[in-house]
Parts: sequence; C-alpha cells; structure tokens
Amino acid sequence: MDPIIIAIIVLGVTALIFAAIIFGVEKQFKVIEDPRIDEVSEALPGANCGGCGFAGCRAYAEAIVKNESLEGMFCPVGGNDLNADIAAIMGLEAEEKAPQVAVVRCNGSLKNSPQKFNYEGAQSCAFASNLSAGPGGCPNGCLGLGDCVESCDFDAMYMDKETGLPVIIEENCVACGACVKSCPRSIIELRNQGKKSRRIYVSCVNTEKGAVAKKNCEVACIGCGKCVKACTFDAIVLENKVAYIDFEKCRLCRKCQPECPTGAITELNFPPRKVKAEVTEENKEV
Amino acid sequence: MLKTFKLGGVHPPENKLSAHKAIEAIEAPEKIFVPLGQNLGAPSVATVKRGDKVKTGQLIAKGEAFISAMIHSPVSGTVDKIDTHIDASGYRRDTIIITREGDEWEEGIDLSADLRKEITLSPQEIVEKVKASGIVGLGGATFPTHVKLMVPDGKKAEYLIINAVECEPYLTADHQLMLEKADEIVVGVQILMKAIGVDKAIIGIENNKPDAIEHMNKSVANFAGITVQALKVMYPQGAEKQLIKACVNREVPSGKLPIEVGCVVQNVGTAFAVYEAVQKNKPLIERVVTVTGKNVSIPSNFMARIGTPVSLLIEKAGGIPEDNGKIINGGPMMGKAINSTDVPVTKGTSGILLMSEKEAKRVREYNCVRCARCTTVCPMGLEPFLLGLAGESLDWEIAEKEQVMDCIECGSCQYTCPSGRPLLDNIRLGKFKVGQIMRSRKN
Repeated sequence: MDPIIIAIIVLGVTALIFAAIIFGVEKQFKVIEDPRIDEVSEALPGANCGGCGFAGCRAYAEAIVKNESLEGMFCPVGGNDLNADIAAIMGLEAEEKAPQVAVVRCNGSLKNSPQKFNYEGAQSCAFASNLSAGPGGCPNGCLGLGDCVESCDFDAMYMDKETGLPVIIEENCVACGACVKSCPRSIIELRNQGKKSRRIYVSCVNTEKGAVAKKNCEVACIGCGKCVKACTFDAIVLENKVAYIDFEKCRLCRKCQPECPTGAITELNFPPRKVKAEVTEENKEV
Repeated sequence: MLKTFKLGGVHPPENKLSAHKAIEAIEAPEKIFVPLGQNLGAPSVATVKRGDKVKTGQLIAKGEAFISAMIHSPVSGTVDKIDTHIDASGYRRDTIIITREGDEWEEGIDLSADLRKEITLSPQEIVEKVKASGIVGLGGATFPTHVKLMVPDGKKAEYLIINAVECEPYLTADHQLMLEKADEIVVGVQILMKAIGVDKAIIGIENNKPDAIEHMNKSVANFAGITVQALKVMYPQGAEKQLIKACVNREVPSGKLPIEVGCVVQNVGTAFAVYEAVQKNKPLIERVVTVTGKNVSIPSNFMARIGTPVSLLIEKAGGIPEDNGKIINGGPMMGKAINSTDVPVTKGTSGILLMSEKEAKRVREYNCVRCARCTTVCPMGLEPFLLGLAGESLDWEIAEKEQVMDCIECGSCQYTCPSGRPLLDNIRLGKFKVGQIMRSRKN
C-alpha cells in the first residue's frame, strides 16, 4: 500500500478516537456558567484598570452575577450608562452616581515652593517620600516624580514641566482611582465632577503649623479657618490644620475662595468673577 | 591569617582623614534640639513641658514601648518649647528645644576621670541601668541596647562580639575612642558580658587600625575571656551578620537574630556608653562624631552633646568648603544626605561627611549589562540586579520571592555597578513595600 494512504488512515482513526474522547469529556464535565457573566463582561469596557476594586473586568462581572446585586458596585470607566446596561442584563435597579474626576490637591509648583536641593535618587515618589520631605520642603506636598502619571492607564495625566506638578486631562479621566492609590502622600482625590465641570477645592494637604507650611510654600493652607466661617453650607471642615471642602455639601457658591489669605483654594472652570467696586479706605468712611 | 566573612564584600578607598585626631569636646550651643524619635522603634514621650527647668542628665522623655529608649537632657537650662524641628530624615519631627543656662549636672553623676573597675550590679540591675540611661546602639542603627541584652527564654548566648570594625570609609569615631578610652571600653565589655551571662567576648577590629589593635590588646591582657580579633579590611564587615561570620564563622539564618547562633553584637561606642552609665551613673547625652571630607580644612573627631546642630560641628571643622555638593549624615556607603545644617546630632550620628560636588555627583545611568558584579559583591548572597529591576517595575512579588528583606542595605552593589544603576534605591523601595505587604498580611 502506498505509505501516504497508511498515514491518512492512521491519522484519521486517531483523530476520530480523540474526537470521541473530547466529546465524551465535554458532555461529562461540562461547567455550567451563568451566561450573564459573559454578557456583563462583554458590556464592560475591558480596560482591566481595577477602578471597581476587582482584579479585572471579568472578576467584576463574576462578582456582580454571584452576588445578584449592584450594591457598592460601580465601574467608573463606563459610568452611569454602563451601570444601567448591566442592571438591565441582571434585571436589577441601577443607582445613579455622580460622575467623578481626579483632582491634584497640591499647588506647590516650582515657583510656589522653590526647590532647596537637587534630588537625584530613584525617580519614584514612593521612594523619595520615604527618604525625605522632598526638595520643596513640604512633607505632604507633591514630589513631582510622576508615580501617578505612570499609574494612569487612560492617558489622562501628564507632568507639567514648568510647574513640576501633574495635570489631569479631564476628558480622559475615568476616575478609576489608580493615581489616588499610587500617590504616597494621598494628594490626589476623586471629586464629583460638578455642574459644567465646575469644582472648588483646597489644593493643599499640608498638616504642619501655618507658619511652617507657609515658609515652604506660598500657597499652603495655613489652617486659619477663614473659609470655614465664610461657608454658609457647613461644607468646609478644618482638621489637622488643613481645610477640606466636602464636595457633597458644597454648592459652588465661591464665597470661600476670596477669603483665603494664601490662595490655597482652587476654582476650576468657573466664569471669571465680576469685578466689584473696590472698597477703598475713602469710600468706606462715606 | 586574618579573618573575614566569606561572601562578597568590597574595599572602597578608606580615606580616614580624621584618624589620630584627638576627640575634642564641643561646648553645647545656646539652643539645643533633642528629637523625640532618636532610636529604632517607637519614639519617646516627653516628660517635661514648656518652661520647665532641667539639669544635664535629667530624664526628659520616656520610652514607653518595648523597643524604645529614654532620653536625657544634654544640657541644663529651660525647656523652650516642644515643637517640630527638621531631623536627619528631612522631615520635621517632634523635638524638645532647650535653652542652655550654664552646665549644672543632675546629682549622683560621677564626672571624675577615675577608672572604676569593680562591677557591683547584678545582671538584672545592669539591664535596668542601661535602660534607664537611654543607651542605644551607637554604630548607627540605634537599636535600644537593653532589649538586646535580654536574652529570650530558651536561647543561650555564647559570645559577646564587640563591633570595632568601623568599615565605613572616612569615619574614625570608634577608632579614636579605642585609642583614648581603651580601659573604660574593656570594663564596659565586662559589664555587657555579665549582663548576658557569657564568658567569651571578641573585639573585632579591622587591620587598618593596627595601633587600636595593639592598644586594645594591652588593655585586655589582664582579663580572661576577652580577645581582640584582627580582621581583614572588607566592607561591610561592620554589619552584624557579617561580623559574626568573620569572628566565629557562624551564619545567622534568614530573618533571624544573632542570638539564634548564640551571639550578641554590640558596638564599641555602646560598650563605652555602658561603662559610663553603669559605673559613673552618666546617661547617654553625648557621643563621638567624626566631621570629615576631602575639602574640609580640619577633619576632626568631636565629643558633641546630643541635640547640637550639625552646623556648629561643621563650623568647628573649618566651615563648609566652597564647592560642597552634599552633606551626609553617616558614612559614604550607608549614610544619607541631609538637606539642612539645622539637623541636630542624635544618638545615631556617627559622622558628618562633606562631599565635593564632583564626588557627590551620580554617574550616568546605563542599562544593566548582566556583568554580575553586584551578585559577586553582595554579602547576603542576593541578586541585586534582579531586586533592582523588581523595584523599578514595582513587582513586589518577585522582590519578596528573591528575599529582598534580607538585604542589609550596605550599598556594595550600587558601589560596584559599572552601569551606575540606582540598585540600592530600588531595593530600599522594595524592602519598604514588601515590609508593608508582609505586615498587612499578618494583621
């Protein structure tokens, strides 16, 4: 017989035997998986960013289907629309959540907080933070080595060479929180995006005494409490010598910002203020 | 033949510029800054408050945790305030600030220069006394000495090893102390031997200090059990585990303490401090600090009170040279650059090194060429290039698997790297992160 025919027969028979085994095993040991897991994970963005708190999109989908609940589950990348889609797949009620965006709560730029020495060690904030307070001298301030930029999977951050601070590109930010975790000094915070992207926050987390903080940085929060008094909605708290604006309570009235003696309160995307008639010494008396 | 440890090691240029310079006592300045966190472990808690009058040697802060130490006032005067002040870490930490008025000592402290040889206290009392005197390891790690002297149940110490290696280049504090206070040190060694209940002590000295070896040999001649061991010059021989290997050829297992192999290691400066505490009732309020550097006009060894700003010491040594690049707290291998001369001398300050800009500049970083020099010199048998990469790529799993926690941070790898890679920086980051992960796992 022609060897080629032998080969065809042998291989053909082997193939049939294996096909039978595979068929049998498939029938016998079939894993019945909830089809919704696939559906949910299909709907997810597939970025595997970890913003939901799970290892990846698949793990998140599995957790949702397993718990049969959307409580405390939110994919910041997909936002409310996606959450509604998932709710529809699961037959559950979706909870609306205000969209969030990351903000950098430090304004200690090279100009505001001049460098006192040159740092040339490992280019990692985590390491530099362990080593010293940093060239600016502020023990809570941004070190400018870009651990956060490195951690961002969405190209939503870059390092501004001029200020030495990270900048967040709002359109790209999905509030996954990777940068928040990567910052060894907890400077970055996720805040509600706000109406028309308007936000107001204290861009300082320094907990030192006012005089010491001010020495290192022009725009440090000195914990004077003026903004707390100015706020009519009890949205500002003063803790550890640093003010914090609660974004849930803040109504964006902008009363606090002009009160700050150091300019530590940052306003974003607001229209320019109307210039009021200045109160000078002369017309005050009248 | 001279002994040394077997694995790795480097031999950097010694540069002992301040050798044989007599220890010069520095008068305490007007204001003194005593940080509360001077020792390894928990910071101490202040027992004085603003406006209190204190005498030299009076207890001003209590170590309440198990690993913690007492702090005594280095001067007499008034407590100005308890505020934050910059320390060697570059951060502002709680500090007791005292304004000096005269120099009035606490009663009961023997200030005479007489040598007191008889040891009257029991081992238990010695440990108590060491604890009350706030003595910590003066080699630089500042581990509270009394904790080391309490041999855990079920373990037995066989050897007391006195670390007089001073393998860091430039530093000469221990060397000079041995030349000037040999007899006192030997009594201190005996006290330590009694405290931990051993009859054998080895004083390990590197061979680049032949006069110290000779001097110590003379002093120990009358005491049975104490020997002086000359060691081959090799860095990092002053590291606890390497010194044990060199002196008694025993290896401390990974993650274990020296007592596991029956050894207790104490620095020679600590032995002197123990002598002063036990025999003279004098707490640890001053230490020998080497101020040195190639461009320093008068490299010196100073006896400085704890809390003296570094600026004063540098001034006494001739001021900061013009082209100074870095001021380093400690030696060139393991020391850390400080960013202000307001930093006070603490119990762990063994030296202040002023490096010129040229010396201090980091070399350009290239890619790893896998030459394996770092692996050859690592005294712990690790693979620094791999740990460095793990640190760089934030892969803590690999770092942990490759035993990053065993690194003693001696810096031999970075010193020897022909590509100028920041190996130790990345390994330190790995140690910190893996330590955090391990602790969180325990909880």
